[in-house]
Amino acid sequence: MDWQGQKLAEQIMQIMLLGFAMIAFVAGYVLGSFQMMILLYAGGVTLTTLITVPNWRFFNRHPLNWLDPSEAEKYPKPQVAVSSKKKAIKK
Amino acid sequence: MHSFGYRLNALLTFSVTILALMCAIASLSDNLNTPSPSAEIQIMNINWFQKQPQGNDEVSLTMNISADLQSLFTWNTKQVFIFVAAEYETPKNSLNQVSLWDAIIPAKEHAKFWIHTSNKYRFVDQGNSLRGKEFNLTLHWHVMPKTGKMFADKIVMTGYNLPEEYR
Repeated sequence: MDWQGQKLAEQIMQIMLLGFAMIAFVAGYVLGSFQMMILLYAGGVTLTTLITVPNWRFFNRHPLNWLDPSEAEKYPKPQVAVSSKKKAIKK
Repeated sequence: MHSFGYRLNALLTFSVTILALMCAIASLSDNLNTPSPSAEIQIMNINWFQKQPQGNDEVSLTMNISADLQSLFTWNTKQVFIFVAAEYETPKNSLNQVSLWDAIIPAKEHAKFWIHTSNKYRFVDQGNSLRGKEFNLTLHWHVMPKTGKMFADKIVMTGYNLPEEYR
């Protein structure tokens, strides 16, 4: 997934879960059935899992362009700075 | 949302938190219910009334208990536990409560009922003060929810008397 996709997945997950929770609660209350509420919510959680958790292609519509290895070879790699310690000389 | 495991964990945690919230709101919705229960208990017969070898009075009675507790049930009710207690005063104790009978009502359909029964639990006094005693019969109920707060209340019925002499 790319960065845009991650944000999209998170938003979809939160909205779907809250939405299903509200629908399930209202349905259960109106029907007078606690079981109906739980079943609807469980169905909603499963559906949300299937949509937002796997790495679907539509989450990768803005892919990152990694630099090609042959291009990278042309430029020198940055060097790690070496610090030299000077010993204090006793007189 | 960086990996499969991360997303799965976030989703599961969020969904369980929301479930807890739904259950809390469901329990709060029970407060919207205004129950109007009714009950009546008749003492059909005093079967026997003896003094035990240990010195305590014991009485066995047959009751006809009828009640309509359907209005106690909500969508969030698992069962209703009811019991009948005899309440009276003696020189030894300012309040005695003796449970005579109980039952579990699992569904609204069973909440309107009558039953002709002798006392399920023994009616024994602490002492021998029961002759001629006036007592109340109270029907208590506990509305047990599927989730959340349990409500309990009672109906007090007065004016019952025990015989003056042992039988």
